Amino acid sequence: MNGRGISRKEFLKAGGGALAGASVVGLAGCGGGQSSGGSSGGGGGKAGKTLTYWASNQAPTLQDDRRILSKAISDFRKKTGIKVKLQVIGWPDLFNRITTAISSGQGPDVLNIGNTWSPTFQQTGAFLPFDQGALGAIGGKDKFIETAYHTSGMHEPYPSVPLYGLAYGLFYNKAMFEQAGIKSPPRTWDEFVAVARKLTKPPKQWGFALEGASITENAHWAFILGQQQGGSLFKGNKPTFDSPGVVRGVAQYVGFIDKDRIVAPQDAQYGTGTQSPTDFAKGKAAMLIWQNNIMTNLKSYGMKESQYGTSYMPIPKPLPPGGKPIMSHTAGINISIFKNTQNRKGALQFVRFMTDRKTQVYLNQQFGSLPVNKEAASDPAFHTENLRVFQDVYANHSAPMPLVPDEGQMETLVGGAVKTLFGKAATGRVGTSDVKSQLAAASQKMAAGGGA
Amino acid sequence: MSERKSEPGARPAVGRRRRWLRPQMFPYLLLVPAVVFELLIHIVPMVFGVVISFLKLTALYIRNWSQAPFVGFENFRIGLNTHGAIGSALVHSFLITLAYTVLVVAGSWGFGVAAALLVNSEFRGRGWFRTLFLIPYTLPIYVAVIAWEFMLQQNTGSINTLLVDDLHILKNPPFWLIGGKAFWSLVMTALWRSWPFAFLLVLAALQNIPQDLYEAAAVDGASRWRQFRSITLPQIRPVSTVVVLVLFLWTFNDFNTPYILFGQSPPSAADLLSLHIYVNSFVDLNFGLGAAMSTLLLIFLFIVSVVYVRLLRVGSEENA
Repeated sequence: MNGRGISRKEFLKAGGGALAGASVVGLAGCGGGQSSGGSSGGGGGKAGKTLTYWASNQAPTLQDDRRILSKAISDFRKKTGIKVKLQVIGWPDLFNRITTAISSGQGPDVLNIGNTWSPTFQQTGAFLPFDQGALGAIGGKDKFIETAYHTSGMHEPYPSVPLYGLAYGLFYNKAMFEQAGIKSPPRTWDEFVAVARKLTKPPKQWGFALEGASITENAHWAFILGQQQGGSLFKGNKPTFDSPGVVRGVAQYVGFIDKDRIVAPQDAQYGTGTQSPTDFAKGKAAMLIWQNNIMTNLKSYGMKESQYGTSYMPIPKPLPPGGKPIMSHTAGINISIFKNTQNRKGALQFVRFMTDRKTQVYLNQQFGSLPVNKEAASDPAFHTENLRVFQDVYANHSAPMPLVPDEGQMETLVGGAVKTLFGKAATGRVGTSDVKSQLAAASQKMAAGGGA
Repeated sequence: MSERKSEPGARPAVGRRRRWLRPQMFPYLLLVPAVVFELLIHIVPMVFGVVISFLKLTALYIRNWSQAPFVGFENFRIGLNTHGAIGSALVHSFLITLAYTVLVVAGSWGFGVAAALLVNSEFRGRGWFRTLFLIPYTLPIYVAVIAWEFMLQQNTGSINTLLVDDLHILKNPPFWLIGGKAFWSLVMTALWRSWPFAFLLVLAALQNIPQDLYEAAAVDGASRWRQFRSITLPQIRPVSTVVVLVLFLWTFNDFNTPYILFGQSPPSAADLLSLHIYVNSFVDLNFGLGAAMSTLLLIFLFIVSVVYVRLLRVGSEENA
């Protein structure tokens, strides 16, 4: 050691980020932290010809993801000579992995993020901003569908660009509809409940299936139904989770179990994202409202595409004052570049490749998602009978989740509150006052915690 | 050499080396690696944790946390403000954790002692029982808890199949993983995991009790219960105190059981402190607030441990 050693600031910079996470875990006596970065450490590799890519899980299994992506990666290598080290990370781990990578500075070169996370990650400043130069290197922003492009962050230059597009839609079992004499899928919520009641024959068959314990699903539903009812989760940056419209929307959603009795009470404990689609595929539920990529899962659960139809998520009729006829949030997966990559040029080339027409057609076809590239979207592969609805919803009837810095925290708090309400609905009855108090507490927690 | 010897107060170099290598120093030298690693692994992160608790370390600063603004005791104020949503949730979580800990520790000790007494006496197949009792402790925690999660499912779980379909004790299958019963599911799972630890240590203690004490007591006409109260309990007391303290600390800090059973959003009735802090820190990305909560937890556990140890020392002096 030299006489003066390193300064306090240098020490904090060097070790502090990593220790920040470790300390909280250490003190709490828990083990939530994840090591990060893998061998890539800072990305890029010394040769500058290798990229590390963290891909999110899109296919029914991680192996499927690897298989599908490996083909694209191999094409990229042939084209550019750049090797890509692929890591597919499951959704439950991805957020933690990214935050740990940000705090330690040891991350991949390129990575996937949920598009609703982009505002939260934008404020960390850890990702390369897609400014004019970066956008030019990936082929310009005009290659993207406009709705998709604007989910990329809070404000331009965005920290990500869209990669896969998703939207909610209604899946219905054609045979069950036919048997019950139902001619067409419901377009309003009143019709929906009436149809679902007709199809509910407990305990073996239910009109509708949902994932009551899934935090993210709950948060999405609270946003969509809240918007339909004229509510808003935020006023500026101030949380207003208990605004009357959101309360009405959440009460409607939770009421499918205890008031309308069209959903099996056990759905209140479904949270893996696979249980209600499985029930639908097995004929235990006649309807499912899900994002389009579930089609690949339905196939893997043994349901043929010809066995179900797709339609729009219902809306209230008439719309309440201030209500918007949206049928989905603009869902999807984005792609980002870690700012401290040592291979910025290669990373930009990779993003360009992943968002170009040919790759977009291949990947979105394989994953059952929607292209975010305008040219790819016109490919006949995405204009099948079942996908047409999602294309339309994605482009014309969706709205982005609130683009606020604390979006991630909002999802946890609102989704958690709805999960608690489902727990009550499954074992008793939930009143509007319960909904209001749960959402008010979540709102207060967000405001008091200061979040970001 | 001779000159040096003649200097008043001077000590020979050899003598100095001998003093440095005095045999008494050797054990301390051996402890150095352990102390260094203890500092690196526990103490330094703990100190950083306390430092973080004074910062507004949110998502905005996770990339360069040394830039996070210093907010003094603000995070502690938010955590302790029982009129606010965060403070009241923390207190609720604390009380749930306390109840959970008391039940799990008491139950584990009770079961452990009962089982140890059972297999301490000679009978055919004793070895099998000893092995059987240790199974919950030998299973990886994830495997054990996920198995309970499957068993506790409302519609497909074996517990409801047993209670409703086989034994007809209940008419409708209850929910074990959501609502109020989630707390009891948590207690049951943790208890099942923990009691073999108490069993193992108490059994070792039981085997060290001299048999002649029981023989003498039997000659004096002491009943089985009296023998247990006056010989067994005092003899296993030193081990029991350690078992209870260790189980208390482990259980109070338990993260794995609630996380595996309920994920990142446990039902309100099962919102244990460790998971609560984890969610505040890593899910809500408010590391400052999470660290303040962790510091409060650390202080509480430190006080409990000190009081417990002091009480026990007083007790043993009185007994002596």
